[in-house]
Amino acid sequence: MKVRVSVSLKNGVLDPQGRAIHHALDGLGFAGVRDVRAGRLIELDVADDTSDAALDEMCRKLLANMVIENYRIEKVGVTA
Amino acid sequence: MSGFASAVVTFPGSNCDRDLAVAIEQACGGTVHRVWHGDAELPSRLDFIALPGGFSYGDYLRSGAMAARSPIMRAVVEAAGRGVTVLGVCNGFQVLTEAGLLPGALMRNAGIRFVCRKVPLTVETSQSLFTSGYSAGQRIAIPVAHHDGNYFADDATLDRLEGEGRVAFRYAEPVNGSAREIAGVLNAQGNVLGMMPHPERAIEPAHGGSDGRALFESVVGALTSA
Repeated sequence: MKVRVSVSLKNGVLDPQGRAIHHALDGLGFAGVRDVRAGRLIELDVADDTSDAALDEMCRKLLANMVIENYRIEKVGVTA
Repeated sequence: MSGFASAVVTFPGSNCDRDLAVAIEQACGGTVHRVWHGDAELPSRLDFIALPGGFSYGDYLRSGAMAARSPIMRAVVEAAGRGVTVLGVCNGFQVLTEAGLLPGALMRNAGIRFVCRKVPLTVETSQSLFTSGYSAGQRIAIPVAHHDGNYFADDATLDRLEGEGRVAFRYAEPVNGSAREIAGVLNAQGNVLGMMPHPERAIEPAHGGSDGRALFESVVGALTSA
């Protein structure tokens, strides 16, 4: 099973990288960009019977730092 | 003191481990063991464990994240729980927060740039086994060299740290965007300190300053007079 984990900074946590990207987009002349937040995408290929609880634990124990980050788990398909 | 036993942990990508070992040898004396990240056990009867700066595991995932889950860190967490004194410098601080031994997190510097210079610090408390050789409010100068030193914790945590006298050092000028200019924090029991500045780089006048030496002398003083 393919699983996509999106890790993003919590609201209110300053994102210097997002701000730098925003600044660069402005510099390239893209008008109307209101905000940029940078995150991380982690793709896992796991056994089909992997439980939601196990995926959750992977995120909490390693993939995200719960002090500053949120995560979202998305199952994107069964491995052929 | 000859019976003093310490250990410096080396992770793949650590680069201040030797400096830290030399500083401990010079300022604390005794035996300094060198320990590898893959070791499952620490030497027995340790007084002091130090986690060095560097870029453990290439800073993959988050700075300190992989190192915090390495075999030796289970032993370090266990030793810290037993009251063994633990210091984390720079990447070592990041490892301690990732391992849950210290609150908060170290994020990318607010100014994006890597900061590498000597910075002024204020010693916030002399009531700790790491800072008893300083006086509260004392201004010292210690080098920093980091990209991810921007200390973050929620307001309730910051209030608690300040209320309990657990902010050990504060930057005396803006350096990296850290919340309340925090440069170093203690755990609740007071036996674990994490700090971004490098005291091991300020041990003797030839370093351009020796303001870091008192930290190591405080540790050995506290542990051998007890």
